[in-house]
Amino acid sequence: MPGRILSTARIEFLIALRNRWVLIATAMMALFSLVLSIAGSAPAGDLGADRLSVTVASLTSLSVYLVPLIALLISFDAVAGEIERGTLPLHLTYPLGRGELLAGKLAAQLAVLALAVTIGFSVAAAVALQTGGPAALEGLPALFRLIWTSVLLGAAFLSLGHLVSSLARRPSGASGLAIALWLVFIVLYDLGLLAAIVADDGGAFTRRVFPWLLVANPADAFRIYNLAASDAVGAASGLAGAASSIAEWKPLSSLFFWPVAAAILSRLAFGRVQP
Amino acid sequence: MTILSLSNLTKRFGAETALDGVDLALAAGERVALLGHNGAGKTTLMKLVLGLIPASAGSVEVAGHAPGSAIARGLTAYLPENVAFHPSLTAREQIRHYLRLRGGDPSEAGAILEKVGLGAAADRRIGTYSKGMRQRVGLAQALIGRPRLMVLDEPTSGLDPVSRGEFYALLDDLAASGTAILLSSHALSEVEVKTDRLVVLAHGRKVAEGTLEALRAEAALPLTVHLRPRKGRGTALAQAFPEAREGAGRLTLTCAQSEKMALMARITGSADMMADFDVLPPSLDDIYAHISRRAA
Repeated sequence: MPGRILSTARIEFLIALRNRWVLIATAMMALFSLVLSIAGSAPAGDLGADRLSVTVASLTSLSVYLVPLIALLISFDAVAGEIERGTLPLHLTYPLGRGELLAGKLAAQLAVLALAVTIGFSVAAAVALQTGGPAALEGLPALFRLIWTSVLLGAAFLSLGHLVSSLARRPSGASGLAIALWLVFIVLYDLGLLAAIVADDGGAFTRRVFPWLLVANPADAFRIYNLAASDAVGAASGLAGAASSIAEWKPLSSLFFWPVAAAILSRLAFGRVQP
Repeated sequence: MTILSLSNLTKRFGAETALDGVDLALAAGERVALLGHNGAGKTTLMKLVLGLIPASAGSVEVAGHAPGSAIARGLTAYLPENVAFHPSLTAREQIRHYLRLRGGDPSEAGAILEKVGLGAAADRRIGTYSKGMRQRVGLAQALIGRPRLMVLDEPTSGLDPVSRGEFYALLDDLAASGTAILLSSHALSEVEVKTDRLVVLAHGRKVAEGTLEALRAEAALPLTVHLRPRKGRGTALAQAFPEAREGAGRLTLTCAQSEKMALMARITGSADMMADFDVLPPSLDDIYAHISRRAA
């Protein structure tokens, strides 16, 4: 079984490489990180935070938008594309389970994403270290944390991409659903919460329900965890107070829960696809 | 040994019945052709055999195992109609992957591609291939691991006659080593004598089954005879064969199989009026059209 998943992952990575997804994802992450690390370096001295932590704070805000977007772009075609090309029936007659096929695709796409964030963020870190001197080394744990949480966030959205791909069964429909999913999770969800808080005006909702709803969204959980886990990053973002009011384990559990839950959902949806 | 057995196999899509109570058995080494028009139920039958879709009623067994089970998939190879692959991969990469999925040795990919005549193009991307070449990649993947059952959906549709001959030669080798082969076609002339048994489907029902000879005898279609008169003897010949139609400088008549000898005697008796004659047996496509029509 691991052999079949590995072989699927290898062939999918090769396809991603040929389709330039590896190049596009990496270039996108590197370019944005570079811009942020150069533009965001000005306030470092005033905040009492090291140069790299400041960069990580900026990168956190960037990743919340970019990582889910790249993940959905890479993954929405996974099932629908195979249906459209007509390659799915043949795959499913091989001694390869549907779960194994999805796992192989997920592994390859996760590798693409991990490569993109690692290279992208390393570029930013190199700039911060060069201009910030040895003090910036203090930010390295925060950078490392940012990388592995980005991979977890990406894994959740890759599986969500597989989910919409299985539900839509056509690439055009899947891409529409993927965009909708991104809008809901990344933009509308926060706007909705904001509206609810304003309406509630410090009532029971704001105190009891809101913190849970905030960590229930993987993108928010990612942001809170990264800002709360490092004082320097929190200080640089100006959100230290808000972020540290939520216990660290809550967003962390959300970050581990989502990739698993999304993978299970995508497997269930794929099981209903009849080639 | 029975490799594939279908009993009362039925598939309904909503109100439409795509396959209606089909029984069929394939022994090891047997080559069976499934014939039918588009929409006759051939592809549905194959998808049921492969376990890609569930049956509405009846059952399928692949060497005693449920279709689509891990064991059944391990025993079965499939060549879909209009087989497709990811265009960015080369044939070698694709076949290496399929070898690994079947637990084979990826280094055999070269030999398998050589076997289907793609040795020289093995490292080109499949996106640059012609339809016939893609079909060969499809055949190559079906040859992996000496399957016990091969399911081939319109396998020769993209191939030229020479390639078709090579294709059937490969199938003969496989059948000789015990692989049961179920292949579909919409034309009897495509499968000809290369199969042991023919099964004709129409509107989801099995309407005929047997060897080509048996089906030919059962259809009992008349022979067509052309008579070409000698110069100046046209009128005399027409009088000798009043049942014949005239046209294109010759006389054409039909004759039931049972009256063939009597007609030959008449032709011999009128030989002095004839320059030439031809006796044409009913074509394979005529026989097939007759069976399909009779079913409808």
